[in-house]
Amino acid sequence: MSAVSDLGTARTRRFDGLKKRAARHRSWTIVVSMAVVGAILPVLAYIPPFTSAQPPSAWIDGYTNAGVFVLLALGLNLVVGVAGLLDLGYAAFFAIGAYTYAYVASPFGNDILGITLIKSLGIEGAGIVFWPMLLVGALVAATFGILLGAPTLRLRGDYLAIVTLGFGEIVPIVFLNADAVTNGTNGIGGLVRPALPIIGGFSAMNPWPYYVTMLALVATVMILCYRLVESRLGRSWEAIREDELAAAANGINTVTTKLLAFALGASTAGIAGVFNASKLVTVSPDQFTFIVSFTVLAMVVLGGMGNFWGVAVGAFVIYTINNVLLKSLNQFFDKTQIPILMDIDFIQLQFLLYGLALVGMMLLRPEGLFPNSRRKRELHAVIADASEDELLAAEATTEEGQR
Amino acid sequence: MSGNVLDNDPILVADGVTRRFGGLVAVSKVDFTIPERAIVSLIGPNGAGKTTFFNVLLGVIDPSDGSVEFRGRRMVARPERLAFESLVWVAPALILGLLAFLLAEAGILGGRLLALVGFLVLMLLIASLLLSIIRPVWYQKRLSKLGIFRSARPNDMVEAGVGRTFQNIRLFKNMTAIENVLVGMHVKLKGNLLEAMINSKRMRNEEVEALNRANELLTLVGLGGKGNEAARNLPYGDQRRLEIARALASDPRLLLLDEPAAGMNPKETQDLVALISKLRSELGLTILLIEHDMKLVMGISDRITVLDHGEKIAEGTPEEVRRDPKVIEAYLGAPAA
Repeated sequence: MSAVSDLGTARTRRFDGLKKRAARHRSWTIVVSMAVVGAILPVLAYIPPFTSAQPPSAWIDGYTNAGVFVLLALGLNLVVGVAGLLDLGYAAFFAIGAYTYAYVASPFGNDILGITLIKSLGIEGAGIVFWPMLLVGALVAATFGILLGAPTLRLRGDYLAIVTLGFGEIVPIVFLNADAVTNGTNGIGGLVRPALPIIGGFSAMNPWPYYVTMLALVATVMILCYRLVESRLGRSWEAIREDELAAAANGINTVTTKLLAFALGASTAGIAGVFNASKLVTVSPDQFTFIVSFTVLAMVVLGGMGNFWGVAVGAFVIYTINNVLLKSLNQFFDKTQIPILMDIDFIQLQFLLYGLALVGMMLLRPEGLFPNSRRKRELHAVIADASEDELLAAEATTEEGQR
Repeated sequence: MSGNVLDNDPILVADGVTRRFGGLVAVSKVDFTIPERAIVSLIGPNGAGKTTFFNVLLGVIDPSDGSVEFRGRRMVARPERLAFESLVWVAPALILGLLAFLLAEAGILGGRLLALVGFLVLMLLIASLLLSIIRPVWYQKRLSKLGIFRSARPNDMVEAGVGRTFQNIRLFKNMTAIENVLVGMHVKLKGNLLEAMINSKRMRNEEVEALNRANELLTLVGLGGKGNEAARNLPYGDQRRLEIARALASDPRLLLLDEPAAGMNPKETQDLVALISKLRSELGLTILLIEHDMKLVMGISDRITVLDHGEKIAEGTPEEVRRDPKVIEAYLGAPAA
């Protein structure tokens, strides 16, 4: 008995050391790996099989768009994956972030707010507001996250999902119908692009500044997410997800903790919204439909709930499959000259294939591509519980043997 | 010896606690005090209202009548003048809004300034709404001066110094043993959102200390070296002990154990008795037990209270309770007349 347990503790001790070291340098790990990934991705865009799908600059642009979804997925992962609050209206916060930027950074929005920012700074000069607006967008979205969270605190699971679904529908509809202040269906156009003092304004022709900005944003958000989850607050979120009553009985203010999860998740979406608006130069209600909420949720589930790296990779992969691979299947099969496949229009089948991929994924790997160890335990608990009795019996016999 | 303990100042006083569910009176006018450093037990046949009473003490359910005082502070009672609370926090915003409206009508206030006031009113409303949801302690004290009272919530009780375990174990099963204890330490730690984001040095030190303390607690309950096991994988007896360690992590003054020996074999029960005695002697804890295992209750308690049909039918030392005809009747039924 003692020999076995010694071996066990030795192993856990070594594991502890590794974990501690990784945790101590986690932020650097993230920065370095983001830099590496950020350097490799553009190189891929210039290599043959990929260049045939679309030109390199389109790839870079696509990576940046994927980055928006990575941000969204990271934020939703805090709410759904860590705190266990199912949110089906996440696109609402995305929309709120985008419209916040639109009001400050477009002539139309400036008229509504009664400010003369663009007039006084000029189209080029006004781009500098993009940077503080990232923070403002996050704060505004967080406020709405709290407003949504407050009345729904007593709800759980399915009921919470339905309320958030409603919220997710309300927000775009308000933007659609409040014609006077939101310009309705057309949305708000003519947003200024971001600018930096030395580099000058970003432009539609050059995807690189956006790409680098996105890398920095993703790295920052990921560092913050990891720090939060490993803190006292992160533990409370996990405790609430596991057992709310027990969490309260251990002194966790479940109300505040859940509100914080909503607020932080929403603020990430707000940042993504500001970025996306500045890149598209226009915001309109149809950018924030339920499909967005759903896609982000699918990314979180597929990537591996609760695991930030997994979720980021999941978001990237799904975005790329959905927007690049499935779209280039036509070209691909045209070249291969296979009779039947050549005649199928894969663009029409895009969502069918996407759905099939989701179903297949859930059957084969319900815990996602890169599962969080805890989630894995949860999902495989059914099997473990069944064999627990056997295990206990085995343990009892060995213990008796040792006595 | 036990007599001395029972003469200590009370740490918890329940006064005439009643809880009705519709027509059913689950707990009826129970007076109950727990002297400091005592081990007192609550027993009774199934459905006697023990767990309901327990939940009232912990702020999980509001009493229909009566109150609970913990360390001199009234924690749990029937809510009073709740309707006024919303008035208190809506009133400032409403007054400000009305004032702005009147000024605008008179033509003094207009345009952007009016919009600004409107924005202020909205923010004030949001802030006060949040206050009423989060209910920080200072807010509750302010309110109680106005005569508005609402029972403490379970987390407030923990902050005041009450720890508990559950009848059916409620660990965070997918977290490791040490993480469970760290969650229990929640009210003792101060790290907040901002500190977590900047990963402050103070917070890191605090976390290291917390980890050490958690390991100590695990050793105290006899789970040393099992910190990295998932709670779900621990054997039953260990899970019970882990739950006690978790409850101890908030440094409670009073520990409430809901059937801690349920499902344990005699050996494990024996260990538990030793552990409970150790908790009192080493940590100076006061302990309230709800238990079915008579051997355990009789052996360890300074005082036993018996509930039946929601009423207190007997109270006294184990010897007295054992001989009480009412207790015997409650457990075995009345002799045929």
